[in-house]
Amino acid sequence: MDRVSVQTSVLKANQEAAAENRRLFEQDGTVVINLMSAPGAGKTSLLEATIPALKGQYSLAVIEGDLQTDLDSQRIRALGVRSHQITTGTVCHLDARMVARALAEFPIQTLRLLVIENVGNLICPASYDLGESLRIVICSLAEGPEKPKKYPVMFHKADVVLVNKTDLSAASDHDLSDLITNVGEVNPRATVFAISCRTGAGIEDWIGWLREAIAFRSNAVGSGR
Amino acid sequence: MHEISIALSIIEIAEAKARERNSPSIQTIKIRLGEFTTVVKEALEFAFEAARIGTLAEGAQLEIETVPMVLRCALCGPVTEPARTVCLVCPTCGLPLAIVAGEELQVEYIEIESEMERV
Repeated sequence: MDRVSVQTSVLKANQEAAAENRRLFEQDGTVVINLMSAPGAGKTSLLEATIPALKGQYSLAVIEGDLQTDLDSQRIRALGVRSHQITTGTVCHLDARMVARALAEFPIQTLRLLVIENVGNLICPASYDLGESLRIVICSLAEGPEKPKKYPVMFHKADVVLVNKTDLSAASDHDLSDLITNVGEVNPRATVFAISCRTGAGIEDWIGWLREAIAFRSNAVGSGR
Repeated sequence: MHEISIALSIIEIAEAKARERNSPSIQTIKIRLGEFTTVVKEALEFAFEAARIGTLAEGAQLEIETVPMVLRCALCGPVTEPARTVCLVCPTCGLPLAIVAGEELQVEYIEIESEMERV
């Protein structure tokens, strides 16, 4: 029997596909957001609250990941924005190869902003780089303040954490400051916004930040689009 | 439950290495699994049982070495006792802590039947 050294990351194939996606995105000057949350935290609602303010300014599109149905894609198209649905069947996350396959039939070369709405799940999507420029995680106050501690890898890797449903503070008896403290302990570097997609509270600050981030990243890749 | 995807990736990597050596079967796959990953050891073992069927790793043992999480502060050095559960802030000075170990998800080595043994 022979022992053969391997020393290879289990996620190597995904990392290679993600690197290729990232190269294409940067070449095209497209800022790409990987949007992740538990089911029902408000990913699609966030897009519905964000896209109307951006679509006149930027060329943008959305890739939707779901186990079944294209209901979320329909919600995005209702905003007058192109949307492509990836139906994963039983797979609980998007991976870089699924995104690469989607891009083959959903051209993005003319885009300034692409949002990839991942499958609702706080565990598995954390391990799979898609080639994105920004990782954005939404959690809702209604889910309780301890989610960042229970799903630390997901929150630790986020560039931005959006705390949604702040209007439900009284109804859910959860304290916003407890949740934001927990985000800060798991990810001291994250930019955090408290928002309510339903009332619009905090949305203006978030959109202002996103505009700056898009401008900064577009300049970095030298795109004049 | 993405452990099935992880198990399939492990087998894919191990099979590629075994084929390089013209080996007909893999006896052992050794991996290092960090505590600060999204992969659960027991779920991975269970997924591996199913994923190995019909592959060169059909008879293989999956050996999993768990790598503990190690945190370090740029100013204060190693942090052995986080202030609270999963708190990545230095308990002494408040700086963000670096994760030195615990994020591993790596195939270390495989043990294979050699070509000679087969002949």
